[in-house]
Amino acid sequence: MATAPRKMLRSVGDSFLSWSAEAGGMLILTFRILRSLFPPRLDGPETWRNMYRVGVKSFPIVVVTALLTGAIMVIQSGMYIEQYGAYGLLGWGAGYSVLREVGPIMIGLMFSGRVGANNTAELGTMMVTDQIDALRALAIDPIAYLVMPRFLAMILMMFLLTVVGDFAALLGGAATSEILLGVDMNLFFWSIKEYIHLSDFTHGLTKAVAFGFAIAIVSCHFGMTTRGGAVGVGRAVNASVVGSAIAIFVLDFFITYLDL
Amino acid sequence: MIRVENVTKHHFGRPVLQDISLEVPEGTNLGLIGPGGAGKSLLLKIVTGLIEPDAGATYVGDTRVQGLGATELARLRFDIGMLFQNYALFDFMNVADNIAFPLRQEGKLSEEEIADRVQAILEQVDLPHIGHQFPNELSGGMKKRVSFARAVIPEPPIIFYDDPTAGLDPVTSSKIFRLLEALRDERGVTSVTISHDIQGIKGICDDFALLDRGRLVFWGSVAEIEACEIPLVRQFWQGFSDDVLG
Repeated sequence: MATAPRKMLRSVGDSFLSWSAEAGGMLILTFRILRSLFPPRLDGPETWRNMYRVGVKSFPIVVVTALLTGAIMVIQSGMYIEQYGAYGLLGWGAGYSVLREVGPIMIGLMFSGRVGANNTAELGTMMVTDQIDALRALAIDPIAYLVMPRFLAMILMMFLLTVVGDFAALLGGAATSEILLGVDMNLFFWSIKEYIHLSDFTHGLTKAVAFGFAIAIVSCHFGMTTRGGAVGVGRAVNASVVGSAIAIFVLDFFITYLDL
Repeated sequence: MIRVENVTKHHFGRPVLQDISLEVPEGTNLGLIGPGGAGKSLLLKIVTGLIEPDAGATYVGDTRVQGLGATELARLRFDIGMLFQNYALFDFMNVADNIAFPLRQEGKLSEEEIADRVQAILEQVDLPHIGHQFPNELSGGMKKRVSFARAVIPEPPIIFYDDPTAGLDPVTSSKIFRLLEALRDERGVTSVTISHDIQGIKGICDDFALLDRGRLVFWGSVAEIEACEIPLVRQFWQGFSDDVLG
């Protein structure tokens, strides 16, 4: 075989093996987390610390992102609404896209960049400075002590932040419709109440839980497998952000397709 | 007693420990010496079950470490204290919480008793007023002493000290060595001490082992190392430099 095709084939094979190893690692981590749920061995202070760090600290940025997202949705759809005079559909247009798609995606990506990257960096630093080994040497299971609280905090907080973000986005949309388009807020909310179903809201929340799960697994996996000092931590954070983004879009596709 | 039997370990295909066998009798302190990168810290991690060897086995008492389940391994580790080479203090806890951590995990003492024990050990390592500070606010020497305090506070029967006096001034080093000696003599602690401070550990170790490039070059008593003719051993023991290290 010629050298160039062989090199390409080898490169594809190496990439496939590397991806398979990472995917396998994440699967094993998921099983280890699930196993440590029975019986639950959760460190209270560490769980609260993570809930605060992941949820409360992310609250302002999520609210700002959501307010702007709602506003942008209204501006984008406003052009067509004005063209056809369909002001009664403005709330539905903005609400439908925000609740089902844009809200969870935007908050998920923000969450991945802020919380997931931070989580990988923290666990990665603990790996390369022997802190994880120190835990094990002290007879503490790092999965139960470090990973479990992060896993639960990320899923729960992603869910709650999406709920908050959804309302903030609708508020941002309503305010923008009143201020920029002169559409009465009441009409905006009437449109939401009339045309948006509870299933639109729960569809977005299903995505939020799935994204929280994916970000937790990906960020913890890359953190717990970090090697090679500061350079290794940087590499792990990079892989974590990219991996989380890919996972978010893949999950989004399937949840949307299956209409869960 | 700690026993290491024919332990071999490779890293990226390169041998980093080759057929190492040695013993540490109960209540004694083995001094593990050798150039940097010889595999000393790795050997301690293998003995505690933190890293699996490619071949061979390690024993703590009669228990074979390799092949233990997670629960048995955790139980065994309650009996082992470990001072890590690069401190391994938990960044997200202050000094007092770091030191108290193993006691809280054991769950046998009240918070008041834990606080008293923490303050007592902080005084022993000459750091009585830093309990509220975080590891990133400390110097290397202070971190080392905090790490030492965390390793010894649960009073385990076996303690591994990986370079306990690195970065410390001579007076504090001497104090730490006296503490190690007291732990052995008064509590019968079995220990392995990795150190590059040969003068310091000469007086506190019962036996010595020298590793070089993953091989055990020497293992014997103080009298035997004094009489050893192997150039590298002599060089290390007497603390002079020539071409032996390459």
